[in-house]
Amino acid sequence: MSRVDEVRFGVVTFPGSNCEQDAVHALRHLGYRADYVWHQDTNLNDYDALVLPGGFSYGDYLRCGAVARFSPVMSEVVRYAEAGRPVIGICNGFQVLTEAHLLPGALIRNKGLKFLCQTVHLRVEQSVCKWLDLPTGIVLDIPISHNEGNYICDDDTLARLQENGQIVVRYCEPDGSRLPQGSAPNGALDDIAGICNPRGNVFGLMPHPERVTDAVSGSNAGSVFFTAIATYAREVAGR
Amino acid sequence: MSEDTKIPTPVADSIETLDPELAAQVAIQLGLTAEEYQGVIDVQGRVPSLTELYIYSLMWSEHCSYKHSKKQLRNFSSEGEHVLQGPGENAGVISVGDGWAVAFKMESHNHPSAIEPYEGAATGVGGIIRDIFTMGARPIACMDSLRFGTLDKPRQRYLFEGAVAGIGGYGNCLGVPTVGGEVYFEEAYEGNCLINAFAIGLMREENITRAVGSGPGNLVVLIGSSTGRDGIGGASVLASQEFDEAAENKRPAVQVGDPFEEKLLIEVCLELLKRGLFVALGDLGAAGLTSSASEMASRGGVGIDIDVRKVPQRESAMQPFEIMVSESQERMLAVVKPEDFAAVEQVCKRWSVACTAIGTITDTGRFVVRDSSLTAGNDIVADMPAEMLATSAPEYDPPMLRPAYLDELQSEDLSWLSRENKSAAVLSDELLSLLASANICSREWIWRQYDHQVQSNTVLLPGADAAVVRISDTGRGGSTNRGLAMSTDCNGRYCYLDPYVGAQIALAESARNLACVGAAPSAITDCLNFGNPEKPEVFYTFHKAILGLSDACKYYGIPVISGNVSFYNESFGNAIYPTPAVGMVGVVDDISQVVTGAFKQQGDTIILVGQTEDELGGSEYLKVMYDKVTGSPPALDLELEGDVQKVVREAVRDGILQSAHDCSEGGIAVTLAECCIVGGIGAQIDLDDELPAVTSLFSESQSRIVVSVNDEQVNELINRLQQAQVPYSVIGETGGDNLSIEGKIELSLVKITEVYRESLEQLVKQR
Repeated sequence: MSRVDEVRFGVVTFPGSNCEQDAVHALRHLGYRADYVWHQDTNLNDYDALVLPGGFSYGDYLRCGAVARFSPVMSEVVRYAEAGRPVIGICNGFQVLTEAHLLPGALIRNKGLKFLCQTVHLRVEQSVCKWLDLPTGIVLDIPISHNEGNYICDDDTLARLQENGQIVVRYCEPDGSRLPQGSAPNGALDDIAGICNPRGNVFGLMPHPERVTDAVSGSNAGSVFFTAIATYAREVAGR
Repeated sequence: MSEDTKIPTPVADSIETLDPELAAQVAIQLGLTAEEYQGVIDVQGRVPSLTELYIYSLMWSEHCSYKHSKKQLRNFSSEGEHVLQGPGENAGVISVGDGWAVAFKMESHNHPSAIEPYEGAATGVGGIIRDIFTMGARPIACMDSLRFGTLDKPRQRYLFEGAVAGIGGYGNCLGVPTVGGEVYFEEAYEGNCLINAFAIGLMREENITRAVGSGPGNLVVLIGSSTGRDGIGGASVLASQEFDEAAENKRPAVQVGDPFEEKLLIEVCLELLKRGLFVALGDLGAAGLTSSASEMASRGGVGIDIDVRKVPQRESAMQPFEIMVSESQERMLAVVKPEDFAAVEQVCKRWSVACTAIGTITDTGRFVVRDSSLTAGNDIVADMPAEMLATSAPEYDPPMLRPAYLDELQSEDLSWLSRENKSAAVLSDELLSLLASANICSREWIWRQYDHQVQSNTVLLPGADAAVVRISDTGRGGSTNRGLAMSTDCNGRYCYLDPYVGAQIALAESARNLACVGAAPSAITDCLNFGNPEKPEVFYTFHKAILGLSDACKYYGIPVISGNVSFYNESFGNAIYPTPAVGMVGVVDDISQVVTGAFKQQGDTIILVGQTEDELGGSEYLKVMYDKVTGSPPALDLELEGDVQKVVREAVRDGILQSAHDCSEGGIAVTLAECCIVGGIGAQIDLDDELPAVTSLFSESQSRIVVSVNDEQVNELINRLQQAQVPYSVIGETGGDNLSIEGKIELSLVKITEVYRESLEQLVKQR
């Protein structure tokens, strides 16, 4: 593998994004190049991977991610994703990806109708996701911070997600075992915290791995969400 | 008005003034007294116009002019080598080393929140954050000091839930972490909850911006939301009167927040400031455009000429006075050089933020308001001397009277409390009751509704003695391994029983909280919440609290760099407890050395730094077990307090301690329980202090910190304590699955954890 600092991430910034600086900080801390990509920019060629960060794009007015998906950059993001290139959507970014139909399903209000900011246990599932390269069953402690993280989809979609290995991470007990049914902190269907597309290059998750990548948080559990993608990104880019 | 003040000559040749009799009536309706109205006539040299009268009524309202508090506030000192900006600007600023500076302030939004808790609290956060980025600083953290009535009342649960949701709803959207704060529930706040919002921002020293208008010919530019009829008269209607049955009718005077717009404003303003495109920047808060523009002109010794018709309006047929006094949120006022305006417009357009030149800076010294829809020559609707308007509000020296209740309560004999011979089983149950008390139990239900981690600088989770955030311009510029420690504190019960000592304890507790994370106080802001200052008893408590706070600040050399006074916190004639909330900030030299209150490992030695005295007056124990608020609050020895803090602070910095946790409400029993619960480790304690059990466990003596230390460091710590001549006692050891206090308490860790963690949610959910 070549030097990590050759990998360049683009962090898309919509009006109202507020975790873009956290993502850039985390990526630079991990030794990558990371730049802000303004939502009106449409040239994504320079980036090996894209991050759609958390926040409240367009104030989350109307519906989370519903307005952001019409930003000029998004049609390019769709093209980028369809070319098999890596895209990760974190929290609001996940919501934007579902609104843009790059990922199935939707994220609705947390079941307790309250914003939740807390650390959760995430179990890594066996999946086709290119963003994670970890043994199945590993447990990662990552914070969530959202009001609308309750994943839903129809039965057929759920069956497809399970069948295709598109469920990437689930909320779980501290030891990695499944939660009692319906007890995910936000009420997510099948305890889904993150899913990918069938090809595995587009990944959306509600938790914030970028917040746990340097010493200040007392954990670097989130780093693995960014370190595995480099090799793949370079392959797709033909480098 | 002083004799030698020269009033600049009016700009208008003629102006449509009110009929003198009508004007006098309207003045009274707008909240001015007859004498104040005469003052308006003196300054204007004539009967005012309607617009002028509205403007004066707001600028001279308590909320904007501090007319009852100004003289008292002069007791505070803002001096300090590191102070870059004291009171008088939107926020105070201190240097925190390496070229970094922080702006911080705390402000009340009590009255709006008592009427409409979600929007009241949300716009409170919005307002304080605008004060911070107005100074050129990126907001990096918020805290909130909250007071409500008790949660057994449905209305109080509604207010509490709504305020918490509003704080989260606004702050979360902005991406500013809410990292700490405090909340108390007490009957005294039933009709008048307190919502005090604290915010802090980080900048490079050279980027400080001030709201000082200058340069005649420069443009006055309004940036952000359009102006509507929301919040008209907020400062005078809400903040400067008591509540009564008609409170519900005041709902239209509460503003509605749009945090998305504010998020854009932060980015726009910080970008424009960085590019040097602003001559001055101020936010529109209480009294809207009126106070923002007149204060800007007054500070710069210039005039301002505004055309209200250029102000983007969201409602039709707005009168000039409505535009001038509207408290529509998310608006900023900037002074821009004409040649820079196109560049400003460009940046605003990029962020889809409106920006409109609404007037110019002049050299007349007059604050002139025009309505260009009127015929030229007759278009001036207000013409006032800017400086006089902003600075010559009356100053009062209200009468004071020591309230009779003070002597009565302070002298109450509480010796019966410690004479009761209670078994360990009873005392253990009492500790559980305290741990379940809304004033003591875990606040996790609150802070998990706040994004407390965004910006990736949060070193300690909320719930720690002090919040700590790293000094870092995350993802943009420099990052350091230094931190900012901050705490908000005030025990209103102590202040009720003794306003002087109570206010000093608020300061001492803040500083003690900082000491527990290894930080020394750099400066404070304050938010002084009191009842009606026109009542001599209330004003006495205000006076005493200010003296107490300022004396203690001077003793420790802590500057007061910003603050806010909130009067008229009364409902149906009953005042709240005097509540001078302190917001303190200090520097942590190395964030890797920070400790928490949590016990870390089995077998550490537990030491009580400081000494327990028989001080149950005003205690949570007395309130929870006997429903009494009486006695004298704990005494505070400033020298001992300083010594205790110093030895603990230095021990934290030198990496000697495993944990440090301040003793406050509920006494050492609660402190020890918290150390066990948060650490997930039990403790075996022997409080061999020869005090009666109840006193020993639950007394709220000040200047006490519980620390734990491992075997290698015990002697070092004890040496330091002896050298510092600080009283201390070795009280036990960490370990086991119980909190055992020899002969007094025997409780399982599981039990105390459950009670402590789940109580608040249960109290909120009771139906």
